[in-house]
Amino acid sequence: MTVIEARGLRKVFGSTIALDGIDLRVEEGRILGLIGPNGAGKTTALNAILGLTPYQGELKVLGRDPWRERDVLMRDVSFIADVAVLPRWIRVSQALDYVAGVHPRFDRAKAEGFLAKTTIKRGSRVRELSKGMVAQLHLALIMAIDARLLVLDEPTLGLDILYRKQFYDALLNDYYDRSRTIVVTTHQVEDVEHVLTDLMFINRGRIVLNCSMEEFESRYVEVTVHPERVEAGRALKPMHERQVLGRSILLFDLTCSRVDRQQLAALGDVRTPSIADLFVAVMGNQTGTAQGGAR
Amino acid sequence: MNTQSNALPESSFGAPGIAPAAIPASRLLYWSVRRELWENRSIYVAPLVVAGVILSGFLISTIGLAHRMRGLSLHAGHQVDTIAMPYDFAAGLLMATLILVSVFYCLDALYGERRDRSILFWKSLPVSDLITVLAKASIPLIILPLLTFVITVATQLIMLLVSSAVLSASGQHPSTLWTQMSFLQMWWLLLYHLLTAHALWPAPIYCWLLLVSGWARRAPLLWAAIPLLAIGGVEKIVFHTTHFAAIVGSHFIGAAPVIARTGRDMFPTDPMTHITPGAFLGSPGLWIGLGVAAIFLAAAVRLRRYREPI
Repeated sequence: MTVIEARGLRKVFGSTIALDGIDLRVEEGRILGLIGPNGAGKTTALNAILGLTPYQGELKVLGRDPWRERDVLMRDVSFIADVAVLPRWIRVSQALDYVAGVHPRFDRAKAEGFLAKTTIKRGSRVRELSKGMVAQLHLALIMAIDARLLVLDEPTLGLDILYRKQFYDALLNDYYDRSRTIVVTTHQVEDVEHVLTDLMFINRGRIVLNCSMEEFESRYVEVTVHPERVEAGRALKPMHERQVLGRSILLFDLTCSRVDRQQLAALGDVRTPSIADLFVAVMGNQTGTAQGGAR
Repeated sequence: MNTQSNALPESSFGAPGIAPAAIPASRLLYWSVRRELWENRSIYVAPLVVAGVILSGFLISTIGLAHRMRGLSLHAGHQVDTIAMPYDFAAGLLMATLILVSVFYCLDALYGERRDRSILFWKSLPVSDLITVLAKASIPLIILPLLTFVITVATQLIMLLVSSAVLSASGQHPSTLWTQMSFLQMWWLLLYHLLTAHALWPAPIYCWLLLVSGWARRAPLLWAAIPLLAIGGVEKIVFHTTHFAAIVGSHFIGAAPVIARTGRDMFPTDPMTHITPGAFLGSPGLWIGLGVAAIFLAAAVRLRRYREPI
């Protein structure tokens, strides 16, 4: 079943084009990472999906128009938009009471169970908690909601590595199953690298890469080239080249260039690039400043 | 790469395909009002503090009460006024508190949640903008007048019991207090006054403040006041009249002209007051005001839909 379907999704703020007619399709059970530089249009896209902002073009979330049917949609969709949006005055117990009061799919016992694993006290106000604890509380509330789509917009920004790791571990172990769909944006790409099933790069309101992680692994190859074979490597037209400790690392897109893994293995050490490396390569080509092999 | 495949929890969740039963609007409204009371404790703390101050002042004043009551029996005509004065004063002070708390509540209601970004949390829950705005409007229009009524009655009861005790202790009969003042009628008048002059009549003012609090990106008080001052100023300069200022002023302080034909003075708890609910409910001023209030509220609901955190 298709959870999100967009065709020609467009959003303009004054003279700025935030979304330039994107097409998007997310199936049930996927964990999609939406990666892009600041101002690329990620948050605008998520806001449109969540019915927080009007848009042009076609958009269906769980078969509904998110702007017109937002109130109904929110029973099946939950989201964490940014860290620390829980009101600072609310007590932990009040937050539990309130969500239990208004959400038909909130399982209070589950939320209490998550909180029991933390050091958060029931009587504390949010303003008394550390940033990491606020994120834990928010996640406990959200994970106890039996939603079909969960949207996370920079949910771990500013948290230390321990909280970030815990956050995604909890999400995978205690929340995710194949009937749920998760869309996440983050700048800390390495945190979600092993979490995602699908990957999407977005830049200047356009989708510049859209593939599953299986595709990603079979399609992109990174070679740390032996110094004497650098020229041979460059002749194969890599999409990106960078220098690490004096050695050239070439990144190849196997579907676009006519090279195969055997040829590349002859050049040096072959491995799958990290998402961050591919991101830099793709974005670099986008701006036209770092054409691979042009040096 | 699918590390999550070994971490799938057994399907302990309900089948997500089943549409969840919607929570009734009344329950959403109830929880929305409760969260307003959690957030804005001044709604009940401020009148309670004022009541406390009134009672302490009254306790001090009872020192000379017995002496004054002896003197009073000589001038029976002024008895009621003198006895009733502190009770009226208490009610008046609590009404002034009601206006102040309402104004500051309204100015922050739709502004604070955008400033602290918590609107992103509230909007992640299935509570519509309409319910949220109605819950916020119910605070100055229903909750605060009723709360003020309860606190005023409680305060006056304590005052009555204290003065009765003081008079008994000094060997006088406290019955003067009870016979000279008809408390039941006073409280009935108070309730009527609060619901008409402090809820229905100023509704357009409070809804205007709510609207501005949902619109302003900063300084909602300023944005709420400037258009009113501008319209009043232009009217004065162009037409040399002050109708607009008079209308806004009367709504603001709860001085509805048609709720009652008062006896000797304007004070609503005066037992001589003859209330005129028919005239009030039939006055065009009330209905125009309520219509304007409804327009402001509808605009506030629509605005909240588009507004983002500041």
